[in-house]
Amino acid sequence: MSARADGLFALCLATLMHAIPAAAGEIAAADRRSDYEFMSRDTRVMQDDDSSNPGMLWVNDGEALWTRKVGEFSCMDCHGDARVSMKGVAARYPVFDAIRGRPMDLEERIMSCRINHQNATPFAYESKELLALEAFVARQSRGMPIETGSDARLKPFIEAGRELFNRRQGQLNISCAQCHDDNWGKRLAGNAVPQGHPTGYPLYRLEWQTLGSLQRRLRACLFGVRAETYPFGAPENVALELYLMVRARGMAMDAPAVRP
Amino acid sequence: MSAPLINVPKSAKRGEIIAIKTLISHEMETGFRYGSNGVLIPRNIITEFVCTYNGDEIFRANFYPAVAANPFLTFYTVASASGKFAFQWTGDNGYSETATAEIVVE
Amino acid sequence: MTHEHNHKSHTRRSVLIGAGCVAGGLGLPTVLTIRRAEATPATMASAIRQVVGEATVKPGKVKLEMPPLVENGNTVQYTVSVESPMTATNYVKAIHVFNEKNPQPNVISVHLGPRAGRASFTSRARLADSEKVIAIAEMSDGSFWSDTIEVVVTIAACVEDGIP
Repeated sequence: MSARADGLFALCLATLMHAIPAAAGEIAAADRRSDYEFMSRDTRVMQDDDSSNPGMLWVNDGEALWTRKVGEFSCMDCHGDARVSMKGVAARYPVFDAIRGRPMDLEERIMSCRINHQNATPFAYESKELLALEAFVARQSRGMPIETGSDARLKPFIEAGRELFNRRQGQLNISCAQCHDDNWGKRLAGNAVPQGHPTGYPLYRLEWQTLGSLQRRLRACLFGVRAETYPFGAPENVALELYLMVRARGMAMDAPAVRP
Repeated sequence: MSAPLINVPKSAKRGEIIAIKTLISHEMETGFRYGSNGVLIPRNIITEFVCTYNGDEIFRANFYPAVAANPFLTFYTVASASGKFAFQWTGDNGYSETATAEIVVE
Repeated sequence: MTHEHNHKSHTRRSVLIGAGCVAGGLGLPTVLTIRRAEATPATMASAIRQVVGEATVKPGKVKLEMPPLVENGNTVQYTVSVESPMTATNYVKAIHVFNEKNPQPNVISVHLGPRAGRASFTSRARLADSEKVIAIAEMSDGSFWSDTIEVVVTIAACVEDGIP
């Protein structure tokens, strides 16, 4: 079914029966396309070449940080060669953390390693060090399919994320689903509306002129509908991250991506 | 931040035209933007880039604020002899960054 | 009523003039121009004249490739290539890129020589508005050639501040 038909269908159903679950508007598995495919050819070319992709500057920084000793240990001392030990890791996150009893994203994992195993202060959200390490780790999953969400303990958190995705928010009173499930492919201010799959995070966003995380992007989306943004690290952000990754299960990772 | 990303072929035939790609981390603050306090953010850009090949200048560029952040350049030269490329970026506030790359020319 | 259509620009200009006077009066550094900081076809023409002097710039030999609809004005990748044998006696000395509507008319100037082999380079520019972009090649024989393109920019650089 085309996106337009899906959208009309969802709208009609929603109008007729408020109790219909949000799944009515979800994109069919066969219709899922990476956000990469909605970009212009020139932006895709920028991403494809490692010597022209600005995200690689952070990956290289991350590689240097990986081997740097903090107190007694560097990341490498426990994890060895990241090309081996980190392969597929970013494609599984966020994961359920038994100690905290809730999902944890890659950024929180890196921070907690620094606190618990390196006895160091964690890097702040969106700091260049955290982004560099995150980019370096995510790079090791390039090309691999997203596998997030198989743990049964994640179910209630995935549902929380799904609810947030489908909730109308902000002064503009729009939900994520209304653009990214129901109207993807249509154009807004010269750009195509993508489906909103997080396959490329952390990514170099042309609008930011720098690399940024998925949480930063979610905050910008909420800001865009004039809603109150959740602070970095908030459970709502993690629940949304989790839902988005589950919604993208099977799609290939392409971090660090370039996006408009 | 990190070292500049340079892409130069490791080897080439004498007389072959090779592509050199450079990517460097720099905000290239234009000097035309205002901060959230309404104050103009001062200009802070790379102003010049020079590439030498075994000591001879083969490419030079003057950058203006309209050069995008994290400046990217692809340019060409004829592979003439084995040796070293040296790259230098200079800019506002005493900014200076260098890099080198080797090539074997058969 | 009758003057309403000019009201907005008149008000903005008078505020800027006022601000310039106040700043000058207080001994603060004034902005160089009291117009809204923006290149115009006239400032671009004068920036070009600074480079080419009185020589005529002929269209031809140069190809400026840039996407016609720019996805984001902050980073626009482009390539300039110039037809030239690039020999010791016949080569492209420099390529200059200008724009019409950014706060400043210059984008980049690159200096080549016969050792370049190919008179071409690729880089990334910021574009503040839908505008004309011009690439001018300066040849070893003193002649100037150009290519002009028109691009559409919906998400601008330079004049929009970042969002969270």
